[in-house]
Formats: sequence, C-alpha cells, structure tokens
Amino acid sequence: MSSKMRLGKAEVKLITNLSALIIDDEEAEQMSVKLSNILDLFAQMEEVNTDGIEPMSHPLEQVQRLRDDIVTETSRRDKYQKIAPATAENLYLVPQVID
Amino acid sequence: MHTLSIGEMSAQLKSRSLKSVDLTQHYLNRIAKFDTEINAFITVTPELAMEMAKKADKMLDEGRGGLLTGIPIAHKDIFCVDGVKTTCGSKMLGNFIAPYDATVVEKLKESAMPILGKTNMDEFAMGSSSESSYYGATKNPWDLNAVPGGSSGGAAAVIAAGLAPLATGTDTGGSIRQPASFCGVTGIKPTYGTVSRYGMIAYASSFDQGGPITRSAEDSAWLLDAMAGFDDRDSTSSELDKQDFLADLNKPIKGLKIGVPKEYFGEGLDTGVAEVINKAIAQLGKQGAEIVEVSLPNKDLAVPAYYVLAPAEASSNLSRFDAVRYGYRCDNPQDLEDLYTRSRSEGFGAEVKRRIMVGAYALSAGYYDAYYLKAQKIRRIVRDDFTKAFAQCDVIVGPVAPTPAFNLGEKSSDPISMYLADLYTIPVNLAGIPAMSVPAGEVNNLPVGLHLIGNYHSEAKLLNVAHQYQQATNWHKKMPEDYK
Repeated sequence: MSSKMRLGKAEVKLITNLSALIIDDEEAEQMSVKLSNILDLFAQMEEVNTDGIEPMSHPLEQVQRLRDDIVTETSRRDKYQKIAPATAENLYLVPQVID
Repeated sequence: MHTLSIGEMSAQLKSRSLKSVDLTQHYLNRIAKFDTEINAFITVTPELAMEMAKKADKMLDEGRGGLLTGIPIAHKDIFCVDGVKTTCGSKMLGNFIAPYDATVVEKLKESAMPILGKTNMDEFAMGSSSESSYYGATKNPWDLNAVPGGSSGGAAAVIAAGLAPLATGTDTGGSIRQPASFCGVTGIKPTYGTVSRYGMIAYASSFDQGGPITRSAEDSAWLLDAMAGFDDRDSTSSELDKQDFLADLNKPIKGLKIGVPKEYFGEGLDTGVAEVINKAIAQLGKQGAEIVEVSLPNKDLAVPAYYVLAPAEASSNLSRFDAVRYGYRCDNPQDLEDLYTRSRSEGFGAEVKRRIMVGAYALSAGYYDAYYLKAQKIRRIVRDDFTKAFAQCDVIVGPVAPTPAFNLGEKSSDPISMYLADLYTIPVNLAGIPAMSVPAGEVNNLPVGLHLIGNYHSEAKLLNVAHQYQQATNWHKKMPEDYK
C-alpha cells in the first residue's frame, strides 16, 4: 500500500467483478480516478502506529446473544413470495442454470 | 396547529379539544400544498394516515392510549412499513412493498401514531445531501437552492417546513445530526443498540442507529422514549434497562462540565459557524455550566477509517440484492450471472456502486490487513480519545458540520469533499456514543446546529442540556418564512 495508490482499469474491472456489478469502459475510467482518490484518503491511516491495538468491531463490545434452539419464525412464504419478481410452485424462478 | 409542541398536542388530544383526524388532515393538507417544491416525501400515505387517526380517536375517546397516541409521524423510507412501498431511496427497491413492520414502526403503531408517509433520503443512506435519491433531491425549506443535508434530509426538511410534527431518521455517519443542523431542527442519534435495527434497511450494521428528528429536545425525548428498548430480533440490541429519557429535562445545568475539543475549531470551520457555536457555548456558561478544554487528537483519522469500515459492511449487506426474492430485476436475463450483475448495475446508483466497490476492495485478499483491520484499530483509537475526554467533562460540544447547508450540485461530483464534510459527526459513530444537533443560530439566513456529544447511554443528560438551552433560546422555534 503506497500513499499514492493508482488503480488501473484492469483492477477496477476485477473489483467490479467482486462486487457483482458491470461497468463499461468509460465508467471504469471515471471509477478508477474516483476510487484512487478514495484510496489516497485511506493513506492517512498508514502513518499511525497501531501495534498492539486490538481491532474494534462492535461499539458496545457485547458478546453475541444466543437464544434457545426452538422454532420462533412462522412460515410467511405466501406473503414474501408475492413481492418476488418470478415464482412458480412456491419456488423462486431464475434463468436456467443447468442445461 | 403545526407550531404546537408535542406536549401541547398530546394534552389537547387527551382532553379531546383536538381530534387526531383533524390534526392528521391538517398535515396532509400541508404536504399537498408544499411538498411538490420540497420533495421531502417519496411516498405519502393519506389513507393509512386517516385510518390510523380514526383508530387513535377511538382509543382516546375511550380514555385509552399513551402520550403520543394520535400524533402523526413521517418515517424515513429506510424503515419497513407493512404493505407500504419502502424504497430506501433506490431504484433497486422501487417496487418493494414491505411484507412486515420494522420494530420502530411496530412500536409507534402500538401508540396509534398515524403514518403520514415515507421521507426522502440518500440512496441506501449513503450521502450527506439527499441528492443521491433515485426519487430526486430534497430541497432545504430555508433556501430551495440549498441541500437539506443527508441522508435523513427528507425527515429534517419535513420538520423544518411543518409537514409533520415528528419524524424518524437514521444516523450511520451523521445522517440525523447533519440534516438537523442544515434544516434548523433537533435530532438525536442514540447510543448504538438503543433503537432496534430490525426492519431498518442495513447500510453499515456496526454503525447504523435510528433516532428522532423533531422541533425541540423535549419532543425528541418523547419520541425516543417510544422508539427505544431491547429487541430480541436485533442481535446487537442493548440489553441494558431503558433509560427514562424525560426524567432529567428540567434539571438545571449548573455545575455541569462541558468539554470543548480544540480540534473541532481548526482549519476548515466556517468563521460564521464558529461564531454561532462559541456564542452557544457562552450561553451554556451563562446558565451555570463549567466550560473546560478537552482534546480529541485523532479526529482526522475518523473519516478515512469510516470510509473503509462502512463500505466494507455495505458491500456485504448489499449483496442481498440479487434480484431473486424481491426488488428490481433487469429485462430478459440471459443467465444467472447476467441476472445478478445487470440487475445490480441498473438498480444501484453511482455512489452506492462506489461504496460497494471500495468495500469489496478493502475486504479482498491482500488488502484486508492494510485497510480493514487497520481501520478497526483506528476505530478503537478514536473511541479511546472520547473515553479520555469524558474523564474530564460530562458533555462535549462543538459544531455539527463545518458550514451551513451547501448548494444543490455543489459537491455531488466530488465524493471526497462530501466525505470530509462529515468530519465532526463520524468520530461519534465510530465510538457508538450518543450525540445531538440543536439549532443554535444562523449564517447567511441558513440554520446552524450545535453538536452535543455524550458518553455511552447518556441520552437523558444530552436531552437535559439541549432542553435547558432551548428554555433560554428561541432558535428551535424559528420556521422558514414561506412555510409558517
């Protein structure tokens, strides 16, 4: 990680792929500039010595609450599937995956 | 009617000299009259509102109901309302009729608070101006050329223009406080975990927190009291007993130690805003508070750390939008890959795509330690600064934003300048502590908010300071001339 990080078009395409997005060449060009500027902002963090500091992932540092292993949800399939783009026989429809 | 406090409304509803149907109709009329130019609502729900108002009147007639029964509310379009379109400001959810209520909505429905509609916001709450909404920008009622702030810009504009007496908002990096400051209204972001996130569409789950946007601190205390509380359905909900947010409102602030962080008054702060804040601090001093200097030396690290962590969480949260179970689906998908990628590319706006990509990059192999882990360590450094500061004072005060509301279009093409404008609010979200914005003055006829920051679970104290300040000042009572 260098303080002037420049993302090339190929890297932008790779990140796009990781994000399950598609962008055209012109958008990739713009995105490479904007993402590079954002990475420059991140570079400020490099100068800080964080040795021995525990990463903080949750502001309250609570432990994960566990519940009893019993069924609490009722089936609301009909209601939930009413808003789906495509369903048939209680299943969600997507384009054919296997020929 | 729209200038009454919530306490006054509640008393008149209880005595039956005011009917909820009349109160609700009054606000619906104002929305019809004014919202075409402000665009504070994505969806207005007149039928639902009137149906709920009738129910509230029936309860009140029978001597039932609570303090807020019959008082209408506008929900930010991030909260799911059963049977009502819930878009989160995105094309992705343009056809999403929520199949259940968020806990916050459910709680306020139990109080029979008529729902006026769903307020406009930056897409998926990612923004500081409400311009990234797919449903058009919201305008600031004080100046229609200015932004209302964001992401809860619609909610703040609704309160400023008197289009609802109460509104819900959410704050991930400043999204309640900055619009409250820009629109001259009062807003509180509670301690992380105070208000349930169930049914609140997720942006960055370790930061997201719902809260009220209202005209006064007293109104906020009433609404927060109804919104807060442990929720089994939110795994990060605070298990502590709910505070009495109204208990300390009338306590004198004599002897209270108010910390002023010198780093909040450095380069970049508008001189007019600095003047307003200094005057407000002097006012608190006049009311008996003791002013002490404190230091938050690492505040500048908060913005970069936040823009690693929040997008990282967003990239994970927004992976659920796959065009399979609900939401936008592209035309004629060729295969499953095409269905996912084209639906997401067509359904998300530019800023959302940018944050998903930043997050995916920060979490990817080879960069995780350098960005994500580093940012989490800095999060702790920023939090520890607050812990040290609160050893010397009860409440920290400063500006909410470096400037008053900027103009529409002024920052929308430059994400970095938009990000940096959140420098005073973001540290609070990293720490997860509560904070408020309280109207404290004007610069060029635009409102300026005073930032009150408290230690964990000190909402009652913040509301106390804000209420005492509002007993001595009238900034929170001012309304934009055109909407009186």
